[in-house]
Amino acid sequence: MPAVRLGLSLLTVSLVLSLLSPVADGRLRDAVHAESRTLTLVLEQDPPQLDSTRSTDAVSIRVLGHVKEGLTRYDERNQLTGGVAERWEVREDGATFWLREDARWSDGEPVTAHDFVYAWRRVQDPATTSEYAFIMYGIENAEAVNTGERPPSELGVRAASDHVLEVSFERPIPFFARLTAFAVFLPVREDFAAPRGDRYASSAADMLYNGPFVISRWSRGARLTLDRNPHYWEGDAIWLNRIDFGYITADTRAELNLFRDGKVAMANLDSETMHNALQQRWRIHRFDDGVLFYVGFNHRPDRLTRNRNLRRAFDLTFDPHEFVNRIIATPGNRPGVSLFPAWMQGAEGRLREEVPPRPSEVDLERARHYLELAREELGLERFPPIVLLTGDSPTANKQAEYLQSMWGQTLGLDIRVDVQIFRQRLAKMTAGDYDLVLAGWGPDYNDPLTFGDLFASWNLNNRGRYASDELDHWVRRAQDELDPHQRVQAFGEIQRIVHDDVVIIPTYERARLYVMHPRLRGVVRRQISPDPDFNRAWIE
Amino acid sequence: MWRYTLRRLIQGVITVWFIATATFAAMHMVPGDPLGSERATTESIRQSLEARYGLDQPVFPDQYLIFLGNMARGDFGISFTQQNRSVNDIILEAFPVSAQLGVLAVLFAALGGVLLGALTALNRNRLPDVIIMFLVILGISIPSFVFAALGQLAVVRLNDWSGQSLLPVAGWGTFQHMLLPALVLGLGTMAFLTRLMRSSMLEVVNTDYVRTARAKGVPPLRVFWRHQLRNAVLPVITVLGPAIAAITTGGFVVELVFAIPGLGRTFVEAVQQLDYTLIMGTTVFYGAFLVLMVILVDLLYGWVDPRVRLGS
Repeated sequence: MPAVRLGLSLLTVSLVLSLLSPVADGRLRDAVHAESRTLTLVLEQDPPQLDSTRSTDAVSIRVLGHVKEGLTRYDERNQLTGGVAERWEVREDGATFWLREDARWSDGEPVTAHDFVYAWRRVQDPATTSEYAFIMYGIENAEAVNTGERPPSELGVRAASDHVLEVSFERPIPFFARLTAFAVFLPVREDFAAPRGDRYASSAADMLYNGPFVISRWSRGARLTLDRNPHYWEGDAIWLNRIDFGYITADTRAELNLFRDGKVAMANLDSETMHNALQQRWRIHRFDDGVLFYVGFNHRPDRLTRNRNLRRAFDLTFDPHEFVNRIIATPGNRPGVSLFPAWMQGAEGRLREEVPPRPSEVDLERARHYLELAREELGLERFPPIVLLTGDSPTANKQAEYLQSMWGQTLGLDIRVDVQIFRQRLAKMTAGDYDLVLAGWGPDYNDPLTFGDLFASWNLNNRGRYASDELDHWVRRAQDELDPHQRVQAFGEIQRIVHDDVVIIPTYERARLYVMHPRLRGVVRRQISPDPDFNRAWIE
Repeated sequence: MWRYTLRRLIQGVITVWFIATATFAAMHMVPGDPLGSERATTESIRQSLEARYGLDQPVFPDQYLIFLGNMARGDFGISFTQQNRSVNDIILEAFPVSAQLGVLAVLFAALGGVLLGALTALNRNRLPDVIIMFLVILGISIPSFVFAALGQLAVVRLNDWSGQSLLPVAGWGTFQHMLLPALVLGLGTMAFLTRLMRSSMLEVVNTDYVRTARAKGVPPLRVFWRHQLRNAVLPVITVLGPAIAAITTGGFVVELVFAIPGLGRTFVEAVQQLDYTLIMGTTVFYGAFLVLMVILVDLLYGWVDPRVRLGS
């Protein structure tokens, strides 16, 4: 069989040759390359939705944060600053934004107020099915447009001129300027997006950009390359020429191996890969990613957990310090003590310094006393099994097992752990098919209200259906009040009620750990997306 | 021959229909909400979303019939998770990647398996046999994600040690990117084929026609090629079809670890995300692919071994 032999030798030769020839992606295009001003990174998934009016996930919003710019944005010190808007004025009944005249789309056309009007109407148009539409509620007619009662043209936003945007409110939105930094408020140009229909933002060519970068290449699932946008109005402030998301994988081990091989400039660490990073003696960075985790209760009328004394018994046996240090046991997480995370801003400084939360306490005597009260109030001989719903990650499992054994020992309760994948856990939470749940909440915008209204009776994300007139009252105050100090007081009251009524048991505030190339500078980490932000990064 | 082919094709279509129906039923029985997202949606948005994906109609018969009709036209609809892409586009882009990787992996597996298997049989119970069979047991029992992680680590060390990028750690685009993942992917099959080849070769070694050939003074290498290998390789070809399908479809972990934009990864992610349209699209596609491979191998088998052709 000479043909086989020939084939074999050819194959061998080609394999050997391919091993000897320099790899196309060799060291020239390393993680950070100062001469070409290129940065290479991992993206944990292909962005699912780059149509900014419909994006909901962190990866899409991160990419959008580099290729588009809204009215406002957050700067390197996480302070609100002008984006397309040069200045603005937020009043009780509305807001005005004056747009800079040198803001340009990537095809050279000016960014105008009409592009915002079109985008916001598009968000509220029920045909768009934008899941974040609710975040604009408060703008005049937003909810009515979104539910189809009024046409999109009646949304309370209009272009007074090409460069003046007028917004009218149904109710005051004191933090509106901060809100406009969020992805759904990004501009979309009608003459570009409308003809493309569902194809809009599905490929690099079907998108128009007005941010510091443009998507120059997007091979779905494989690579996403961002190149400097020559039309960006503040091009001088941008140092990098290219941000290359050269690898798309959610595997943290692969990410760390790529980092170790000098292929990517940054790698997120989890509890496993953290040990490898420690062994390598790399500098490990940490930051609060903004997410609060908690044990949620089902407050529906037919549930035992509706009983406040039972909830107090749970609360008085839970020690967040032990939980963070001994159970989660990766460094950097903060014990949960409040509905509002530590990084949240108040009127002047940190919210939690302006209205300090009550420290959590552990008191077995009182816990057992409340448990006994609950048993009598509920008219029970003994407690039936209580279902603890949780996700399927190793961390979530570890936490659930700890709570199961801890409450078994201290309160003598039979806790049944119900492990579900993400979407099934959500479905069960929404249906109310649980007693306790391990859940988390991350901020949408930089105002305490993003946590503060979570347990308002009308909030659809209040999946435990907690309802209290007192809490609702203070949430409305925080929504309508313009004076920052008055608002902080309202948040203080919300914090107190959530604690006293044991609406939830805060467990921890998550920290993210990562390693980064030592020559990479100017990367901004923040709790509000886009995070991480490489727009103004540079290589030393 | 044509009638045989036609009959097998019709059987194949029925099999694919059965796979599609069973998957459809199983998928809708799994608890969970494909439209659920962390941020709760208002009722009106929810309804528009359901209408967009046709979830507002009863699962059976309406949704099922619509699905069958679309499937017959080769249209699997829009993905739930990659909201502005059609499932067809996703498969068309991801499958060639998996296929390239799969072909190379099968090549590794088949060549390695046949050669190693023959080697062990000819050296039965001697040192090469013992060593290779020990490695084969490791290859069969250790799952591919362990090899993937170890292989990647080895490449990191190698590059570190040599100070050059000898092999890429992960990624996709050049031939070098394919080598390690293909090897890892093919390893299990290679081990399996080695064992199969060994036993099949052992049978052939002691047959009369081999003895006759030797007695006639045929050179040993020619005996090996013409008389032993060609006859022993038949069972290997039989399992090659399903093996090709298994390799091209089984690359989920390998694709994830090496950041390869293939279909295996798409498929598993679709299941985790309850992406109804993408689950159906990838399952039917994989099912059809597997069925086609089995048919092809049967036909190929008839070509290699005339007895099969005459028998039918």
